Amino acid sequence: MKHNIIEKIWQQHLIKSNSGFPDILGIDFALIHEVTSAQAFQQLADKHIPIRHPERLLATVDHSIPTRDDREQVHDPIAANQMATLRNNCQEHGIKLYDMGSGHQGIVHVIGPELGVTQPGMTLVCGDSHTATHGAFGALAFGIGTSTLAHVMATGALLMHPPKVMRVHFEGELAANCSAKDMVLHLIAQLGVGGATGHVIEYTGDAVKSLSMEQRMTLCNMSIECGAMAGVVAPDETTFAYIFGKPHAPKGQQWDLAVEHWRSLTSDSDCHYDAITAIQLDSVKPMVTWGTNPAQASHIDDQIPKTAHSHDALAYTRLTGSDQLAGTSIDWAFVGSCTNGRIEDLRVVADVLKNNTIAQHVTMYIVPGSEQVRKQAINEGLDAIFKQAGASFRQPGCSMCLAMNDDVVPAGARCISTTNRNFIGRQGTGSITHLASPLTVAHSAIHGHISAAMTNTINQQEHCNE
Amino acid sequence: MNKITHIKSHITPMMIDDIDTDIIIPAQYLTQTSQSGFGEFAFARLKAEPDFVLNQALFQNSRVLLAGDNFGCGSSREHAVWTIKELGYQAVIAPSFADIFSNNAKKNGLLLVTMDATQCQHWATTATKKDHMCHINIASQVVTYQSTSHHFDIDPFFKWCLTHGQDDLDYLHSQLPEIKTWEQRQQKLYLDIFGGQP
Repeated sequence: MKHNIIEKIWQQHLIKSNSGFPDILGIDFALIHEVTSAQAFQQLADKHIPIRHPERLLATVDHSIPTRDDREQVHDPIAANQMATLRNNCQEHGIKLYDMGSGHQGIVHVIGPELGVTQPGMTLVCGDSHTATHGAFGALAFGIGTSTLAHVMATGALLMHPPKVMRVHFEGELAANCSAKDMVLHLIAQLGVGGATGHVIEYTGDAVKSLSMEQRMTLCNMSIECGAMAGVVAPDETTFAYIFGKPHAPKGQQWDLAVEHWRSLTSDSDCHYDAITAIQLDSVKPMVTWGTNPAQASHIDDQIPKTAHSHDALAYTRLTGSDQLAGTSIDWAFVGSCTNGRIEDLRVVADVLKNNTIAQHVTMYIVPGSEQVRKQAINEGLDAIFKQAGASFRQPGCSMCLAMNDDVVPAGARCISTTNRNFIGRQGTGSITHLASPLTVAHSAIHGHISAAMTNTINQQEHCNE
Repeated sequence: MNKITHIKSHITPMMIDDIDTDIIIPAQYLTQTSQSGFGEFAFARLKAEPDFVLNQALFQNSRVLLAGDNFGCGSSREHAVWTIKELGYQAVIAPSFADIFSNNAKKNGLLLVTMDATQCQHWATTATKKDHMCHINIASQVVTYQSTSHHFDIDPFFKWCLTHGQDDLDYLHSQLPEIKTWEQRQQKLYLDIFGGQP
């Protein structure tokens, strides 16, 4: 019997399969954060159910924390209480918490991989839809709601029906001024926001294999934006090289055994997929969203579609009278989030900003995904480049991706952003968001309007093994 | 979970496609640590428009929401389900639902009925009169509106939970012996490979 990688991981974690019932799936690890966990702890407390495996949980604060240098001062008392609740819950139940200043605090989907917690073949969940990020390692990782998190904390398992599997095969070669962000925005534009609902996506093709781990994370991260609950890339030498030496990675002889096991996690040739989509990359150019969901995206120099379907979105983004995205004046530029807040993203941005200054009317925030990313950026002198260019290099967190903290794009202002959602008001009430790659955001910040690089000026391969 | 076998209500037509969880409850209202208190912020942006369906007296006390395609897409926040429940809704009818939203709905006894887009649109056009009642019979999996009936699919386990008022965590928790057996197997893998540290 031939199996795809998702079926293999499912089978290894299948505890019970009974007709008329959802499967019981074992969950190896859960990441938790302040916003979606408090009610899960409360649900268990109300039922007097203990947490079974605190050692299979890891917590951090990311969603609502300020990114100011004095971020310990949380001005919103309700948000401060939510963080305090997480701290109390972690202390009471013996759960490891990477709090601000611990050296490892950051966005859940950035710290899991950088700690080596995320490993091939595992099942991993978090109360956050961008948990799909961890699929870059060949893990089955998906977002869950708070009640399901309570199930996992109580039992180490959850109830679920097996997902369908879609293969997305990238053919051809990506242009030098494009990255994984452009690949995934192109895919979402083709499939639509609900195009992969009910499926887990396996990403295949040479263009995927040649991506660095951080680029693969960007690709898998946005799987949810076309409705897929998870995205997976089969592990390979790039994966193993990234994990090697990380704090939670297996060591010594165990490393060899782990790699041997991980090598078995590939889809068998001629295995079954419920759906197959081929994406031709040769014609892909830098992608930017023009509307109010991530599927409403086009090449930067394409005609903005003017249809009955695009009418309301364009009215909101104030592009009804525009022909193309390129040249549209921006007020804000944001680099960060679980999609593009890693060191490679920051290097790409620094390379563009070096010996340049951002346009006078633009405010630019650069928010590293974690304390480790921030430290690395400072070690490489990127902070000095950002400062000289006129950007604000801030403390790590989710920040302006969802504007739960003080980082808010003002009403009516237009922001080009490396984040994952351009929903109405996502970055602040009345704000207008254009999703794009770090390279495109950096170029736009310099020019003061939406603008793409002619060619990708950084050789990412030089850095990817650091 | 409260036991529900029948739902009888007029319909609230909200025929917008891709209603995401940010529309249902924007992120800035997610800092509370309780499961209630979200209703007043429900659909905050749309509610600012006087014509919005939830501002119309006709649809107060409605238990059934009729919506567009891909309802509940976006973030995993269960707050979206809590919010809809807090507005008094027991069921949502739409052409399709996002996966995480569907899972969260099951955990909270919110019935999701999938019905094709043309039928949804047809019902929506007649739903503006309050005396048009919609009946949902969960046991027979039939929703009736005016003279039309629609048979819907439902996860049999969820149907059992809903019609018996049972919480699925109780079921999962009763499976701990099997979970432990699997863990021993899995732990052996981890002990052999990862030194016991997953």
